[in-house]
Amino acid sequence: MSSATLPPRKDRRRTLVTPEGLALPVTLASRGSRFGAIAVDLVVLILVIVVTTLVLALGAAGLDRVLGGQIDQAKGGAKQALEFLAVLWFAVMFLFRHGYFLYFELGPRGATPGKRALGLRVAARDGGQLRSEMILARNLVRDIELFLPLTMLLGQLDQTEWDPVGWAAAGWFLLFALFPVFNRDRLRAGDLIAGTWVIEAPRASLAAALSTGVSAAQGTSAATGAEYRFGEAELAVYGEYELQTLERVLREDRPEALAAVQEAICRKIGWHPGAGDERAFLEAYYTQLRARLETGMRLGKRKADKHAASS
Amino acid sequence: MALFGLFGTRAEAQQAAIEAAALRSDRFRQAREPDWQRLDAIVTAIEKGRLRRLSDEDVLALPVLYRTAASSLSVARETSLDANTLAYLEALVRRAWFQVYGPRLGLWGWLRQFFGGGWSAAVRGIWPELLVALALMVAGTLVGWLLVASDPDWYHALVPFADERMPGASAEVLRGTIYGNSGQDGMSVFAASLFSNNAGVAILCFALGFAFGVPPLLLLVHNTAGLGAMLWLFFGAGLGWDFVGWLAIHGTTELLAILLAGGAGMHVGRSMAFPGSRAVLAAAAEAGQRAAVVMAGVVLMMVVAAILEGFGRQLIDHAAGRYGVGGTMLAFWLAYFFLFRRSATTESAA
Repeated sequence: MSSATLPPRKDRRRTLVTPEGLALPVTLASRGSRFGAIAVDLVVLILVIVVTTLVLALGAAGLDRVLGGQIDQAKGGAKQALEFLAVLWFAVMFLFRHGYFLYFELGPRGATPGKRALGLRVAARDGGQLRSEMILARNLVRDIELFLPLTMLLGQLDQTEWDPVGWAAAGWFLLFALFPVFNRDRLRAGDLIAGTWVIEAPRASLAAALSTGVSAAQGTSAATGAEYRFGEAELAVYGEYELQTLERVLREDRPEALAAVQEAICRKIGWHPGAGDERAFLEAYYTQLRARLETGMRLGKRKADKHAASS
Repeated sequence: MALFGLFGTRAEAQQAAIEAAALRSDRFRQAREPDWQRLDAIVTAIEKGRLRRLSDEDVLALPVLYRTAASSLSVARETSLDANTLAYLEALVRRAWFQVYGPRLGLWGWLRQFFGGGWSAAVRGIWPELLVALALMVAGTLVGWLLVASDPDWYHALVPFADERMPGASAEVLRGTIYGNSGQDGMSVFAASLFSNNAGVAILCFALGFAFGVPPLLLLVHNTAGLGAMLWLFFGAGLGWDFVGWLAIHGTTELLAILLAGGAGMHVGRSMAFPGSRAVLAAAAEAGQRAAVVMAGVVLMMVVAAILEGFGRQLIDHAAGRYGVGGTMLAFWLAYFFLFRRSATTESAA
C-alpha cells in the first residue's frame, strides 16, 4: 500500500505497453535493491556450496580413516572413490551455480529468492511474453559478468602482488559491475542482451470507496443530520489535484488534518465551518466534487487543479 | 428453491448497493469488484507458490480475468477520479501481467524443449556465422602450421604452455605424451580442461561478441594457430596419426563447441553492427536470445569434452579406439544439429 501511494523517483518511472495495448506504469528497481538481491542470492549459493563441500569432505575423511591416514598415497579403489567424490563436487557446483538462477527465474514466480525478498521481478522490456531464452541469456551473461572475473580475482588473493591477470580481472569486474550506472534503464549487460529489465512488483490493496457512505452519498451527516449541498460555484474552485489530496486526507483520517482542510475549503467557498462534523462535511464535498469532475471527464473536459481554467 | 432465494437476495443486495451509490464510477467499481477480487486471489496464490492448489477453472479463468481487469483499468482511467481504485487496478493488472506473460515452461519444461529440438534449431539458425567460424579455424590452423614451418621460434609464441612438447624434442618424448598416461591424475585433467583455456575461450568468444564483434574472430584464429603449430610438430616427428587420435577423442566435441561459441559471438556482433530495420537494442536482444540457447549447449559440450579428455583418453590407450570415440561423437553432434528437426517450435510460436 505504502509503495503504491508514495510516488517513486521520477527517473525510475517507465511505461510499458502490454500486448493488449494497455499502457502500464512500472518502476525500475533501484540499483541498491538490485545489489541487495544479488547479495542475498550469493549468500544462499555460498551456504549451499559450503554445506555440500562439508558433506563430501566428511566422506573423504571417512576414506582417510579406512586408509589409516594415508590418503595422499591412495591407490586403486580408494583413489577411484576419491576421484569420484571430486568429480561429483565439480559437477554439483557447476550445475548448482547455473541451475539456481534458471530454476527460480523460469518458475511461476519469475524471481530468485533474493529478488523476491526485495520485491523485484524480471520482465520483458517490450511488454510482451517473457520467454525462456531471455532468462537463459541474462543468466549466461551473469557468468561472464560476475563469476568468471570473481574466480580470477580469488586466484590472486594469496599473492602479495597482483600480476596483469589480476588487474585485468578487476577491470573486467568493474566494467560490468558499473554497467547499470551508465545506462538510463539500469540494465546490466545480461539484461541488455536478453531484452529484459528488472522492475518493482508492488502490491496495492483496494480500500473501501469513500463516496458510498450515507453522509457522502446523500450529503447528510449521520451525526448531526445536517445536510451539505454545494452549488456549482462552490465546487468549481477545485480540480483533480485537490480532489486527490482530499481523498488522501480522508483515508489517513487524522482529526487535525480534517479540521484544517475543512477550514481551508470553507474559507475558499465562503462558508462558516462548524466544529465536530468535519468528516461528514468533507465526505460530502469530496463526493460532490468528484461527481462534478467525473461528469466533466465524460464530456471531455478535465480540470487538473485549482489554477486550471474550467473549460 | 432456497438456493435460488439465497442467490436472489445476494444479487439483489449487490444491485441495491450499486443503485445506492451516487457516482457512476462507483457503480462501475461495485459491479466489477468481485472479478477483481477473484483475480487478486488467483494471482496471490501463484505468487505464493501454490499454483498446484488452484482449481483448473481458476487457471483457465486467469487470462480472461486479466483482460477484464485490463479493460476495467482503461475505462477507469477515463471515467474515475478515485485514486485508490486506480492504483489498485494498476498494481493488480501488473501482477496479473507478470503471470499471464511470464515464463511458461519452468526449468524442466524448458530442458525438455531445449534437448527436443530447441538447441539444434538455434544452431541451424546461426549457420552463416558457423561457416565463417569454420573458415577462420581452418585458416588459423594453416597459418599456425605455415608460421612454425618457416621459423620454429614461432612455436613458443603460438602454444601457450611450456612442457616437453617443443621443436627439437625427440619422437620418443613426443610419443610419451600421447600414450601411456594411465597413471596420470584424471581428476586434474578433467578440472583443468573444464575450467581453463578452452571453456574460457568459448565463453570469451560469446562475451566479446556482443561487446565488439571482432574479438571472436581474432580469438578463433589465435587459438587454432596453436593447434596448427602442434600439428606441425607431431607430423614432423612422424606421429601425425597418433596425435590426431589423441586430440580427436575429446577434440571433435571441444573444437565443435568452440566453433559454436565463436559463431554465437559473431551472430550477436553482426546483429548489432547491421541491425537492419530494427533498433540496435532490439536486434541485440533477438540475436542474444538465440546465441544464449547455442551457448547453453556449448557449456554442456565442454563438460562432455572434459570427461572424455580426463577419463576417456586414459582408458583408451590406442589410436584406433580414440578415433572411434571421437568420430562417433562428431557424427552424433552433426546428426543432432542438422538432421534432428522434430518439434522445433518455440514458445513464441506456440
